[in-house]
Amino acid sequence: MVIHEHNAKQIFAGHGIPVTEGDIAATPGEAEVIARRIGKPVVVKAQVHVGGRGKAGGILFADDPETARAQAEKILGMTIKGLPVHEVLVTTAEKPLAESYVGIVLDRNAKKPVIMVSSAGGVDIEDVAARTPEKIRRQHIDPVEGIHPYQARRLAYYLYDDPVLAKQAADIILKLYGVFEDCDASLAEINPLIANPEGRIIALDAKMNIDDNALYRQPAIASMRDPKAEDPAEAEAREAGLSYIKLGGTIGCIVNGAGLAMATMDLVKRYGGEPANFLDIGGSSNPQKVVTAIKIILSDPKVRAILINILGGITRCDDVATGIVEAFRQFQPAVPVVIRLAGTNEAAAADILRHTGLPTAPSLDEVVKKAIEMSRAQDSAQERRK
Amino acid sequence: MSIFVDRETCVLVQGITGRDGSFHARQMKNYGTKVAAGVTPGKGGTLVDGIPVFNTVEEAAARFSIDATAIYVPPALAADAMYEAVDAGIKLIVCITEGIPANEMMRVYARVRAAGVRLIGPNCPGLITPGECKVGIMPGSLVTPGNVGVVSRSGTLTYEAIWALTQAGMGQTTCVGIGGDPIIGTDFVACLEAFENDPATDAVVLIGEIGGSDEETAARFIEQHMSKPVVAFIAGQTAPPGKRMGHAGAIVMGSSGSAADKIAALNRAGVPVAGSPTELPEFVARVLNQDLDAVPRSERKAYQYA
Repeated sequence: MVIHEHNAKQIFAGHGIPVTEGDIAATPGEAEVIARRIGKPVVVKAQVHVGGRGKAGGILFADDPETARAQAEKILGMTIKGLPVHEVLVTTAEKPLAESYVGIVLDRNAKKPVIMVSSAGGVDIEDVAARTPEKIRRQHIDPVEGIHPYQARRLAYYLYDDPVLAKQAADIILKLYGVFEDCDASLAEINPLIANPEGRIIALDAKMNIDDNALYRQPAIASMRDPKAEDPAEAEAREAGLSYIKLGGTIGCIVNGAGLAMATMDLVKRYGGEPANFLDIGGSSNPQKVVTAIKIILSDPKVRAILINILGGITRCDDVATGIVEAFRQFQPAVPVVIRLAGTNEAAAADILRHTGLPTAPSLDEVVKKAIEMSRAQDSAQERRK
Repeated sequence: MSIFVDRETCVLVQGITGRDGSFHARQMKNYGTKVAAGVTPGKGGTLVDGIPVFNTVEEAAARFSIDATAIYVPPALAADAMYEAVDAGIKLIVCITEGIPANEMMRVYARVRAAGVRLIGPNCPGLITPGECKVGIMPGSLVTPGNVGVVSRSGTLTYEAIWALTQAGMGQTTCVGIGGDPIIGTDFVACLEAFENDPATDAVVLIGEIGGSDEETAARFIEQHMSKPVVAFIAGQTAPPGKRMGHAGAIVMGSSGSAADKIAALNRAGVPVAGSPTELPEFVARVLNQDLDAVPRSERKAYQYA
């Protein structure tokens, strides 16, 4: 789960990491009030879950409260990479003397957390990694021992020659590791970490991703989820225990298992179609889940055909068939469907579907080809109507 | 022959009285696996389908010579279950549980590694040596004994591939599902190495997906250390970057973990990559210089979960 910058800053501050003073505003008026309270030049930052906000015009400076209001007016209601901006963070503007990068992620190969620092901060760290890898220092941390102060110190002295600055940076790195561990983060990042003219080191930005598997034991963080920042269909799917990602094509896919769902999408593309989505109904086969899955697919106006591909292991095909029949009774969709149900209880499933006349296909490749054929027929039917 | 498990493997089931644990304990036993005992704290002294249940792994291990344990306990309790198995001296842990926090798994991994224990999973379907032993949840009716090794990060996609092999008359030595999480106990390389050393395995099918760089590492290993042919399939060629595709581990981050990179790395190592899981039998036939049409095709039949 991704959380907003202002939530991440709250967490950082709670762990003793110095961040800039600020607050969140949903209206230009609120932005003005916050800027007045701060009483210094401010920066107004769009709160959306994408990188590159600055380049998109989502980060603007203001010397006085009136300008802050005007800047907030510009940003609120903006759409950045498809996501509407509902809130802005109004926070003290700093004049950085030096910008660095500090980030902690999981290194899957080493099976340990790794702290990465770079003196080339403020820019996309992946660009730095690709173009000038020598500008990044890495330190793996033993997950059992935790971080040792010398490890933080070594990274801090790589960033700053001045011991006064290095000491503050080492302290921040130690605390950031604390955040990473305590919050079950999969990413905790400060970009940029700055030195200001008064000789203080401050986190100007804060980014955190939380391990979805750990949300059960992070209730405070789980409550920071912003439903407005998510695609509504993806949010509905998550609540129903489905894994759904909208992709923009015309073939709606309903599959059991993430790997098979991806492989099915790949085959759609291979046979000349475009998948509308990734949707994994998961292991257990509750007919209601299937009904919700079909409802979500139908909410996508681009979908021209629905493909259902189930290879039953734990999932029972008859349960899925029952869900399909129920969904078609409820929604009576105009969009055609083609179904492949193989595995556990497939004979019973075939019996259930037989009375409905819904088309079926015998194999993975066949169901994909058939769905593409159907979507093309839909398209040409629409052409004729025009 | 086979890798990791065979007809002699004596299996424990942790979480045997739960919904999944009891169901799959029965399935494993029906398949012919030597399921010796189960563990659920508080249910010691009872029986599940004739299998004795103990309160602790230690008690079960004192009574039987346990070779492997299959873990079906909920995510919040799974790490503890793995530590308990390590402490009782069990050398093969298969963790089916999905949803264990990665921070927890990093510590478990350090422990199993230090103890010299093989951990398969978590969030995996387990493994099966056709006709001999299954530990986990793979449907036994999909597999048939033969000379092809299968290793995969996926679940149902693996079933699709195995079923295609079986229908084409290509049996398997062992099929291993290593799991879809970022932190897993056994990676591709460990399985490839075992298949390379298994005299009964003539070719290996590797099924990967987007995320991480395990496939790239596998490609380097194949190039440098394997004499047996390997063919592959990689899922997620159409997956957009930054979106988690169901599995916690299946995500393209920036430029790393994409299917295109993995396919290129495998091709460079001389591994042909199929465009569909159903094409895998043809690819295996080609690397083994077999005429697929000469292989007797088994009758397409409806299979039931067994």
